[in-house]
Amino acid sequence: MLGLAAIGAAAGLFSGLFGVGGGAIVVPALVLRFGYPDRRAMGTSLVAIAVMAGAAMLAQGAYGNLHVDDGLLVGVPAVGGVIAGTWLQQRVPVRTVRLLFAVVLVVAAADLALK
Amino acid sequence: MIAAIVVGAFAGLLAGLLGVGGGVLFVPALTVFLGLSQVDAEATSLLAIMPMAIVGAWRQHGYGNVRLRDGGILGTAAIPGALAGVAIVNVVPERVVQVAFAGLMLVIAWQMVRERPRPEHATAVVPTDAPESG
Repeated sequence: MLGLAAIGAAAGLFSGLFGVGGGAIVVPALVLRFGYPDRRAMGTSLVAIAVMAGAAMLAQGAYGNLHVDDGLLVGVPAVGGVIAGTWLQQRVPVRTVRLLFAVVLVVAAADLALK
Repeated sequence: MIAAIVVGAFAGLLAGLLGVGGGVLFVPALTVFLGLSQVDAEATSLLAIMPMAIVGAWRQHGYGNVRLRDGGILGTAAIPGALAGVAIVNVVPERVVQVAFAGLMLVIAWQMVRERPRPEHATAVVPTDAPESG
Protein backbone atom coordinates (compact mmCIF):
# COMPACT_ATOMS: atom_id res chain seq x y z
CA MET A 1 0.00 0.00 0.00
CA LEU A 2 2.76 2.45 0.97
CA GLY A 3 4.89 1.18 -1.90
CA LEU A 4 2.03 1.71 -4.33
CA ALA A 5 1.44 5.21 -3.00
CA ALA A 6 5.14 6.02 -3.42
CA ILE A 7 5.05 4.85 -7.04
CA GLY A 8 1.90 6.88 -7.65
CA ALA A 9 3.48 9.97 -6.12
CA ALA A 10 6.56 9.51 -8.33
CA ALA A 11 4.38 9.12 -11.41
CA GLY A 12 2.48 12.28 -10.50
CA LEU A 13 5.74 14.11 -9.86
CA PHE A 14 7.06 13.37 -13.34
CA SER A 15 3.79 14.12 -15.04
CA GLY A 16 3.65 17.39 -13.09
CA LEU A 17 7.12 18.18 -14.40
CA PHE A 18 6.84 17.15 -18.05
CA GLY A 19 3.37 15.90 -18.84
CA VAL A 20 4.87 12.42 -19.30
CA GLY A 21 5.55 9.83 -16.65
CA GLY A 22 2.13 8.43 -15.82
CA GLY A 23 2.30 5.05 -17.51
CA ALA A 24 6.04 5.26 -18.11
CA ILE A 25 6.59 5.05 -14.34
CA VAL A 26 3.58 3.04 -13.17
CA VAL A 27 3.85 0.10 -15.60
CA PRO A 28 7.55 -0.73 -15.08
CA ALA A 29 7.18 -0.24 -11.33
CA LEU A 30 4.28 -2.70 -11.15
CA VAL A 31 6.13 -5.19 -13.35
CA LEU A 32 9.65 -4.92 -11.96
CA ARG A 33 8.95 -4.21 -8.27
CA PHE A 34 5.49 -5.59 -7.57
CA GLY A 35 5.54 -8.76 -9.64
CA TYR A 36 2.57 -7.85 -11.81
CA PRO A 37 2.08 -9.72 -15.08
CA ASP A 38 2.52 -7.24 -17.93
CA ARG A 39 -1.09 -7.01 -19.11
CA ARG A 40 -2.41 -6.54 -15.58
CA ALA A 41 0.14 -3.79 -14.95
CA MET A 42 -0.93 -2.02 -18.12
CA GLY A 43 -4.65 -2.38 -17.37
CA THR A 44 -4.23 -1.15 -13.81
CA SER A 45 -2.10 1.73 -15.07
CA LEU A 46 -5.06 2.98 -17.12
CA VAL A 47 -7.14 3.26 -13.93
CA ALA A 48 -4.39 5.34 -12.32
CA ILE A 49 -4.11 7.52 -15.42
CA ALA A 50 -7.87 8.16 -15.46
CA VAL A 51 -7.77 9.36 -11.83
CA MET A 52 -4.61 11.42 -12.41
CA ALA A 53 -5.83 13.02 -15.64
CA GLY A 54 -9.24 13.74 -14.15
CA ALA A 55 -7.79 15.63 -11.19
CA ALA A 56 -5.30 17.55 -13.34
CA MET A 57 -8.05 18.39 -15.80
CA LEU A 58 -10.20 19.93 -13.08
CA ALA A 59 -7.24 22.08 -12.00
CA GLN A 60 -6.48 23.16 -15.58
CA GLY A 61 -10.14 23.86 -16.18
CA ALA A 62 -10.11 26.26 -13.26
CA TYR A 63 -7.28 28.14 -15.00
CA GLY A 64 -9.29 28.23 -18.21
CA ASN A 65 -6.69 26.39 -20.27
CA LEU A 66 -8.99 23.71 -21.71
CA HIS A 67 -10.04 23.79 -25.37
CA VAL A 68 -13.01 21.43 -25.26
CA ASP A 69 -13.57 21.21 -29.04
CA ASP A 70 -9.92 20.41 -29.78
CA GLY A 71 -9.80 17.96 -26.87
CA LEU A 72 -12.79 16.09 -28.30
CA LEU A 73 -11.29 16.12 -31.78
CA VAL A 74 -8.33 14.03 -30.62
CA GLY A 75 -10.08 12.40 -27.64
CA VAL A 76 -12.99 10.76 -29.46
CA PRO A 77 -10.76 8.94 -31.98
CA ALA A 78 -8.56 7.99 -29.01
CA VAL A 79 -11.51 6.16 -27.41
CA GLY A 80 -11.85 4.11 -30.60
CA GLY A 81 -8.10 3.57 -30.58
CA VAL A 82 -7.99 2.39 -26.99
CA ILE A 83 -10.74 -0.17 -27.60
CA ALA A 84 -8.74 -1.53 -30.55
CA GLY A 85 -5.50 -1.37 -28.56
CA THR A 86 -6.79 -3.32 -25.56
CA TRP A 87 -8.33 -5.88 -27.93
CA LEU A 88 -5.05 -6.22 -29.79
CA GLN A 89 -3.07 -6.50 -26.56
CA GLN A 90 -4.87 -9.72 -25.61
CA ARG A 91 -3.75 -11.26 -28.91
CA VAL A 92 -0.12 -10.17 -29.09
CA PRO A 93 2.59 -12.13 -27.23
CA VAL A 94 3.56 -10.48 -23.93
CA ARG A 95 7.17 -10.40 -25.01
CA THR A 96 6.26 -8.29 -28.05
CA VAL A 97 4.14 -5.91 -25.98
CA ARG A 98 7.01 -5.44 -23.56
CA LEU A 99 9.53 -4.75 -26.33
CA LEU A 100 7.18 -2.18 -27.82
CA PHE A 101 6.84 -0.57 -24.40
CA ALA A 102 10.63 -0.32 -24.14
CA VAL A 103 10.81 1.25 -27.61
CA VAL A 104 8.23 3.88 -26.64
CA LEU A 105 10.23 4.67 -23.49
CA VAL A 106 13.40 5.16 -25.53
CA VAL A 107 11.59 7.42 -28.01
CA ALA A 108 10.09 9.46 -25.17
CA ALA A 109 13.53 9.74 -23.53
CA ALA A 110 15.08 10.92 -26.79
CA ASP A 111 12.27 13.43 -27.28
CA LEU A 112 12.82 14.79 -23.78
CA ALA A 113 16.61 14.92 -24.02
CA LEU A 114 16.58 16.65 -27.41
CA LYS A 115 13.98 19.26 -26.48
CA MET B 1 -7.53 18.43 -38.64
CA ILE B 2 -7.55 14.96 -40.19
CA ALA B 3 -3.96 14.55 -39.03
CA ALA B 4 -5.07 15.39 -35.47
CA ILE B 5 -7.81 12.74 -35.66
CA VAL B 6 -5.36 10.12 -36.94
CA VAL B 7 -2.79 10.92 -34.25
CA GLY B 8 -5.56 10.80 -31.63
CA ALA B 9 -6.62 7.33 -32.76
CA PHE B 10 -3.01 6.16 -32.80
CA ALA B 11 -2.43 7.56 -29.29
CA GLY B 12 -5.47 5.60 -28.13
CA LEU B 13 -4.13 2.44 -29.75
CA LEU B 14 -0.82 2.81 -27.92
CA ALA B 15 -2.62 3.56 -24.66
CA GLY B 16 -4.66 0.40 -24.96
CA LEU B 17 -1.71 -1.70 -26.01
CA LEU B 18 0.81 -0.38 -23.46
CA GLY B 19 -1.14 1.19 -20.58
CA VAL B 20 0.30 4.65 -21.07
CA GLY B 21 -1.52 7.98 -21.24
CA GLY B 22 -0.40 8.99 -24.70
CA GLY B 23 0.39 12.58 -23.72
CA VAL B 24 3.61 12.26 -25.71
CA LEU B 25 1.42 12.13 -28.84
CA PHE B 26 -1.59 14.23 -27.82
CA VAL B 27 0.41 17.31 -26.91
CA PRO B 28 2.30 17.63 -30.23
CA ALA B 29 -0.93 16.85 -32.15
CA LEU B 30 -2.63 19.76 -30.40
CA THR B 31 0.24 22.20 -30.90
CA VAL B 32 1.31 21.26 -34.42
CA PHE B 33 -2.01 20.39 -36.07
CA LEU B 34 -4.47 22.48 -34.10
CA GLY B 35 -2.27 25.44 -33.23
CA LEU B 36 -2.63 25.41 -29.43
CA SER B 37 0.06 26.89 -27.18
CA GLN B 38 2.20 24.43 -25.19
CA VAL B 39 0.39 25.21 -21.92
CA ASP B 40 -3.08 24.92 -23.46
CA ALA B 41 -2.09 21.74 -25.29
CA GLU B 42 -0.86 20.08 -22.10
CA ALA B 43 -4.10 21.04 -20.36
CA THR B 44 -6.32 20.00 -23.26
CA SER B 45 -4.52 16.67 -23.67
CA LEU B 46 -5.94 15.74 -20.25
CA LEU B 47 -9.42 16.20 -21.66
CA ALA B 48 -8.59 13.58 -24.29
CA ILE B 49 -6.72 11.28 -21.91
CA MET B 50 -9.36 10.95 -19.18
CA PRO B 51 -12.27 9.46 -21.19
CA MET B 52 -9.82 7.34 -23.16
CA ALA B 53 -8.27 5.96 -19.96
CA ILE B 54 -11.71 5.26 -18.46
CA VAL B 55 -12.84 3.31 -21.53
CA GLY B 56 -9.47 1.53 -21.71
CA ALA B 57 -9.65 0.58 -18.03
CA TRP B 58 -13.21 -0.67 -18.52
CA ARG B 59 -12.15 -2.86 -21.45
CA GLN B 60 -9.12 -4.16 -19.54
CA HIS B 61 -11.39 -4.90 -16.59
CA GLY B 62 -13.44 -7.06 -18.92
CA TYR B 63 -10.28 -8.92 -19.93
CA GLY B 64 -9.45 -9.49 -16.24
CA ASN B 65 -6.40 -7.23 -16.30
CA VAL B 66 -7.34 -4.60 -13.72
CA ARG B 67 -6.70 -4.30 -9.99
CA LEU B 68 -9.09 -1.46 -9.32
CA ARG B 69 -7.98 -0.75 -5.78
CA ASP B 70 -4.29 -0.60 -6.69
CA GLY B 71 -5.04 1.69 -9.63
CA GLY B 72 -7.04 3.97 -7.34
CA ILE B 73 -4.19 4.17 -4.82
CA LEU B 74 -1.65 4.90 -7.58
CA GLY B 75 -3.81 7.60 -9.16
CA THR B 76 -4.73 9.28 -5.88
CA ALA B 77 -1.13 9.35 -4.65
CA ALA B 78 -0.15 10.91 -7.96
CA ILE B 79 -2.15 14.06 -7.25
CA PRO B 80 0.09 15.47 -4.46
CA GLY B 81 3.06 14.20 -6.50
CA ALA B 82 2.03 16.31 -9.45
CA LEU B 83 1.68 19.38 -7.23
CA ALA B 84 5.20 18.78 -5.92
CA GLY B 85 6.46 18.43 -9.49
CA VAL B 86 5.14 21.83 -10.41
CA ALA B 87 6.82 23.30 -7.31
CA ILE B 88 10.16 21.62 -8.09
CA VAL B 89 10.28 22.81 -11.66
CA ASN B 90 10.25 26.36 -10.33
CA VAL B 91 13.36 25.72 -8.22
CA VAL B 92 15.55 23.26 -10.15
CA PRO B 93 16.69 24.08 -13.70
CA GLU B 94 14.23 22.27 -15.99
CA ARG B 95 16.98 21.07 -18.32
CA VAL B 96 18.68 19.13 -15.52
CA VAL B 97 15.45 17.39 -14.62
CA GLN B 98 14.67 16.61 -18.26
CA VAL B 99 18.01 14.93 -18.92
CA ALA B 100 17.89 13.04 -15.61
CA PHE B 101 14.40 11.74 -16.39
CA ALA B 102 15.41 10.77 -19.92
CA GLY B 103 18.29 8.76 -18.43
CA LEU B 104 15.94 7.09 -15.95
CA MET B 105 13.60 6.04 -18.76
CA LEU B 106 16.47 4.48 -20.69
CA VAL B 107 17.45 2.44 -17.63
CA ILE B 108 13.85 1.30 -17.16
CA ALA B 109 13.58 0.36 -20.85
CA TRP B 110 16.71 -1.76 -20.50
CA GLN B 111 15.36 -3.51 -17.40
CA MET B 112 12.04 -4.24 -19.10
CA VAL B 113 13.80 -5.84 -22.05
CA ARG B 114 16.24 -7.81 -19.95
CA GLU B 115 13.79 -9.35 -17.49
CA ARG B 116 11.53 -12.14 -18.68
CA PRO B 117 7.76 -11.51 -18.53
CA ARG B 118 5.97 -13.21 -15.66
CA PRO B 119 3.36 -15.92 -16.24
CA GLU B 120 -0.03 -14.41 -16.94
CA HIS B 121 -1.94 -15.72 -13.94
CA ALA B 122 0.59 -15.08 -11.24
CA THR B 123 -1.32 -13.59 -8.35
CA ALA B 124 1.45 -12.80 -5.91
CA VAL B 125 1.93 -9.11 -5.31
CA VAL B 126 5.10 -9.11 -3.31
CA PRO B 127 6.75 -5.77 -2.68
CA THR B 128 10.17 -7.34 -2.85
CA ASP B 129 13.00 -5.82 -0.95
CA ALA B 130 15.32 -8.26 -2.65
CA PRO B 131 17.94 -6.61 -4.82
CA GLU B 132 17.08 -6.61 -8.51
CA SER B 133 18.74 -9.43 -10.33
CA GLY B 134 21.98 -8.46 -11.96
